[in-house]
Amino acid sequence: MAVPPASIPASGFSRLIRWIDYRLPFVALLEHDLVEYPTPKNLTYWWNFGSLAGIFLVIMIVTGVVLAMHYTPHADLAFDSVERIMRDVNYGWLLRYIHMNGASMFFLIVYIHLFRGLYYGSYKYPRELLWILGVVILLLMIATAFMGYVLPWGQMSYWAATVITNLFSAIPLVGNKIVTLLWGGFTVGNPTLNRFFSLHYLLPFVIVAVVGLHLVALHQHGSNNPLGIDMRGPQDSIPFHPYHTIKDSFGLCVALLVFAFFVFYAPNFAASADNYIPANPMVTPNHIVPEWYLLPYYAILRSITFDFLGIPSKLLGVLLSLGSLVILFFVPWLDTSRVRSARFRPVYRWVAWILPIDVIALGYVGSQPPAGFVVTLGQIATFYYYLHFLILMPLIGKLERPRPLPISIGTAVLEASGGLGAAGPAERH
Amino acid sequence: MADLAQSQVTTGHDGGTRRDFLILTAGALAGVGAVVSVWPFVDSLNPARDTLALSTTEVDLAPVQVGQRLTVAWRGKPIFIDHRPPEEIKAAQEVDVASLRDPQPDSARVKKPEWLVMIGVCTHLGCIPLGNKTGDDRGPYGGWFCPCHGSIYDTSGRIRQGPAPLNLIVPPYDFTSDTAIKIG
Repeated sequence: MAVPPASIPASGFSRLIRWIDYRLPFVALLEHDLVEYPTPKNLTYWWNFGSLAGIFLVIMIVTGVVLAMHYTPHADLAFDSVERIMRDVNYGWLLRYIHMNGASMFFLIVYIHLFRGLYYGSYKYPRELLWILGVVILLLMIATAFMGYVLPWGQMSYWAATVITNLFSAIPLVGNKIVTLLWGGFTVGNPTLNRFFSLHYLLPFVIVAVVGLHLVALHQHGSNNPLGIDMRGPQDSIPFHPYHTIKDSFGLCVALLVFAFFVFYAPNFAASADNYIPANPMVTPNHIVPEWYLLPYYAILRSITFDFLGIPSKLLGVLLSLGSLVILFFVPWLDTSRVRSARFRPVYRWVAWILPIDVIALGYVGSQPPAGFVVTLGQIATFYYYLHFLILMPLIGKLERPRPLPISIGTAVLEASGGLGAAGPAERH
Repeated sequence: MADLAQSQVTTGHDGGTRRDFLILTAGALAGVGAVVSVWPFVDSLNPARDTLALSTTEVDLAPVQVGQRLTVAWRGKPIFIDHRPPEEIKAAQEVDVASLRDPQPDSARVKKPEWLVMIGVCTHLGCIPLGNKTGDDRGPYGGWFCPCHGSIYDTSGRIRQGPAPLNLIVPPYDFTSDTAIKIG
């Protein structure tokens, strides 16, 4: 612990590092977790999205902290203060567009990261808690994004806040009391805006803390990999630095290019025009939709148009919508297969791809007015979503015959690169 | 301290039991204390006194024509006032109450049949239904139609189709004269 890392040359500087590290092992921690940290040789670009998500969390916090210096959390002033940021504050437009589109990028990256985990069985033994912490991060992100969306106090802000807080009114007996408590009044109003601002500022730092735990849990057993088999020794791994520092940097550049396109050329691509109209408690916009990353949950909520088993449709819609996230907590136990990677699971590898298609269908349903065919499609897609996790996952794990697994990551990499050994690219299989 | 140490020594073999008892009672008390001390934080989020004070609205109905629908604000919520023409009243009264999702006769929802007063907030997820302005879509029952999730209300503000569980809520109000009401 107290011994300074070997990579630091002996000098006056290294003596300072040694002095600090003996008292606070910070450099040793970096050395252990960012330099030497062994990663499987065969990681693909699918494994870029974790660090990418972390970087976007930082981007959101930095822009958010500065925006908060110009924003006024009051129902009468909030909308104008956001317009002032856009028109008068130096580079205010840039900060706000980065923050707005950064939320979309953050969710896109996290959804890809989540699907990667689902496809390659990254949630399986011994990474169950790692997965659960990831789902906690997703829930915190959704809460944070929702409250952030309310802050500009436009029409969509106001009515999104109204509809989402009203979800709690579906709770039997105490529902309406809870809604009044959330609002701090008889409607969404200034007290609601104030508390949402407070929580929108707080929750990102809670996310940072949970991300810390997520990383501790990750580094306990290391990354999963496309083969889904464990690293058995140095022949299966490469150090994080320089291999993944450079690969993650490259991925970051690509992500920033995509991000910059939206920030500079299509900043309102994912935004709703209605949110540039100041909030009006007396008029609901004709067509309320949430941000794209929440559309699937919204679609499930609206798909339940019938009472079932004595549960009223409103409550059931709320339960199933929330349940679509809660079910993710149980994935490590719903998947009964011992094989992690879908690559060796002839049936599941197809089923795993149907799920994102189903979720995209739900997203489409959520974006459309609820009438006719759209309602039916929403009901089918909702049914399939639950079928996937509750029936297909446990059943396929039991019935399917997985293909034989490679002996080790090292041998699989060697075979893939034609027996040329370490000269072959580590990403090919 | 010395006394405490002494007492532990003297209680001998049942010192453990005594300690268990102290840990349990102290722990329980601290738990109750922690829960109680959370309450001020939670209750501070409930409507404040000044918010509660803004609780009545008076409306002069004299200028409202037959067939005209008026929207006023009460506690920040829209109140729908409908000066119902005879055919709307008739349609509302002729419905088979038992067939309704939230069974309520029209007579239980009005003080005077020609004046329908309701909170204009959909009981599903709180949107404002259409139908109070001329040219709005009033839905197939000639009442109100919520554009958010498709709830349809009749000329008595009762839920007829769609996801909303309850009829539009009638606020507490009184006629202060023949042509004026006080809501709240």
